[in-house]
Amino acid sequence: MKELFPRGQVMGFAFSLVLTLVALSVIMFDLSLKMAMIILLVTAFMQAALQLVMFMHAGESEDKASIYTNVYYGLFVALVTIFGTMLTMIWGYQ
Amino acid sequence: MDYFDRFAVPHPSPAIYASMVAIGLTMIAVVAGITYFKKWGYLWREWLTTVDHKRIGIMYILAALLMLFRGGVDALMMRAQTAIPDNGLLDGQHYNEVFTTHGVVMILFMAMPFIIGLMNIVTPLQIGARDVAFPRLNAVSFWLFFMGAMLFNISFVVGGSPDAGWTSYFPLASNDFSESVGSNYYAIAIQIAGIGTLLTGINFIVTILKMRAPGMNLMKMPMFTWSILITNFIIVFAFPVLTVALALMTMDRLFGTQFFTMANGGSDMLWANLFWVWGHPEVYIVILPAFGIYSEIISTFARRNLYGYNSMVISMVAISTLSFIVWAHHFYTMGHGAMVNGIFSITTMAIAVPTGVKIFNWLFTLWKGKIVFTVPMLYSLAFIPIFTLGGVTGVMLAMASADYQYHNTMFLVAHFHYVLIPGTVFAVLAGFTYWWPKMFGFMLSEKIGKWSFWFITIGFNVTFFPMFITGLDGQARRMYTYSESTGYGPLNMLSFVGAIGLAIGFALIVYNIYWSTRYASRNISNDPWDARSLEWATHTPIPEYNFAIVPTVDSTEAFWDAKKKALNYLAVK
Ligand code: HEM
Ligand SMILES: [Cu+2]
Repeated sequence: MKELFPRGQVMGFAFSLVLTLVALSVIMFDLSLKMAMIILLVTAFMQAALQLVMFMHAGESEDKASIYTNVYYGLFVALVTIFGTMLTMIWGYQ
Repeated sequence: MDYFDRFAVPHPSPAIYASMVAIGLTMIAVVAGITYFKKWGYLWREWLTTVDHKRIGIMYILAALLMLFRGGVDALMMRAQTAIPDNGLLDGQHYNEVFTTHGVVMILFMAMPFIIGLMNIVTPLQIGARDVAFPRLNAVSFWLFFMGAMLFNISFVVGGSPDAGWTSYFPLASNDFSESVGSNYYAIAIQIAGIGTLLTGINFIVTILKMRAPGMNLMKMPMFTWSILITNFIIVFAFPVLTVALALMTMDRLFGTQFFTMANGGSDMLWANLFWVWGHPEVYIVILPAFGIYSEIISTFARRNLYGYNSMVISMVAISTLSFIVWAHHFYTMGHGAMVNGIFSITTMAIAVPTGVKIFNWLFTLWKGKIVFTVPMLYSLAFIPIFTLGGVTGVMLAMASADYQYHNTMFLVAHFHYVLIPGTVFAVLAGFTYWWPKMFGFMLSEKIGKWSFWFITIGFNVTFFPMFITGLDGQARRMYTYSESTGYGPLNMLSFVGAIGLAIGFALIVYNIYWSTRYASRNISNDPWDARSLEWATHTPIPEYNFAIVPTVDSTEAFWDAKKKALNYLAVK
């Protein structure tokens, strides 16, 4: 019975619920915009990683290397787009 | 404006009514012709519903050639209008519509499908696969592209074309300043075609990563396949930004949201930003496959293997990441501080380094090669110096402080035509000529091909070189006319003459297709160029399943080495 019980998956599921609740806290409490955005960004990335590894089984097949290369590249582009846009449109704008 | 008023041609002229009639008549003629020759069944079964990568590729190229002529007519109109000062051939509104559709059509509906067409035909063959990973999805991609392109093209006679430039900057493209439906066509037609492209990207990444012939590890892939793999990575990560930006634009224009407005917390400059977050990678999407095509052709006709395989791959990977961190060089003058402009100047100049590495690799491949001057090779050889000029002027534009002088002048227009035409256009013409015998079982006439090559190369330089000069003299882009006292007249006339040369060159290509279809010998081998990679290892015409026996590979030039070792890849006769 013990071997049949998907412990990892259940814990992953619980954890993803926790992440959702934490993200929800942004509208429950009166946070500053900055704080709210940080919480959302962090939980969003953790949530995405969790889903990818736990429930979409990235890293469990032979072509693990190419899957992770894709993911890292996507991550790079996403971060560059977001922070680059912040830089050009807000932080670096005169 | 009343709802239906927005669909009326906002700015009619005899030319537009004449095109309406011409489009109507052409459509009737096509339908009547197909019916008369009883080709509906054939067309439907063999082409419209096909999922074969080779046929889909051919349809892409056919559509791209049509769009090349549509965009070419736009270009001729622009050059004719500006050939002499104070010309009245087109008025301001028409001129705006013409340069907008020229840009969109050439980049999105000519360059992209031409490249996607070639990659459809060649990539699966080069990696020894029997089709792409998702053949049906491939057909969906094609039809999305095709419908997007057609929707965009009817804007001309139904409601008026978009007129805010291919960059469609806000606030000009907002409802306040572009009242007619023109810019809606931009938002929706490009969206449809763009989703098709995104699907292609996924399809080819999977195909190349998962379906290579046994033995072909990544570092044994032919260079064209490498360039396609990297291009598709850029597609998959750049196009979503365009998708989102266009969706926001659509909502702004149709549902009254305020993303890109100047009031209510919107930001018009955010559009420019998002556009170029996609737009700069896009220019590399259309140039990297060109690099791949040249690599194949140069090594085939220099009769040597490609110099510096590893450095070629590394430079392309470097370009693919760098292409995502340079976009702000398109709007240095928008008002951000020296820090932002400085950062983007440096990243932009850095991209010239891997590009230069590739140029040197091609030169070293040619060095001591036994060069055969075929038509594809002529395009490849002409590409090297002309493109270098484009790259050097790019680096000039990359210096933010200097860019304030010539941003949005004809100098910029000359720069990007100097990279796009010898880069992308020469490459697709070269690739098209090179792979033609594999597609159709006969060769295009070399003689007519050489005539068109010279018309195109000389015509191109005569058209665009003068723009460097008028640009530095201060002629702004997108101006529909200028006064005689500016002194721009003579050089603009020269440009017009060059444009006619280009037009003759392209007309000769069509004539070549016609002539060769009628008269060229059908008696050619499977490998008429004595080439190197696997697409030449299979029969011509290519069987539907490509390879009867999937070849096993153990070098970067599998077919060449097999020929040298007298192995036969076509074990099944
Ligand atoms: C050495 C590499 C290159 C550098 C350093 C470079 C640099 C630049 C810069 C700084 C601009 C903006 C100038 C301005 O708006 O004032 C620009 C515009 C442009 N470049 Fe390049 N470029 C390079 C290669 C290419 C290539 C390979 C392509 C396409 C195949 C390309 C296509 C374009 C286009 C289409 C535009 C302008 C679009 C518009 O405003 O409508 N460039 N380039
Ligand atoms: Cu750019």
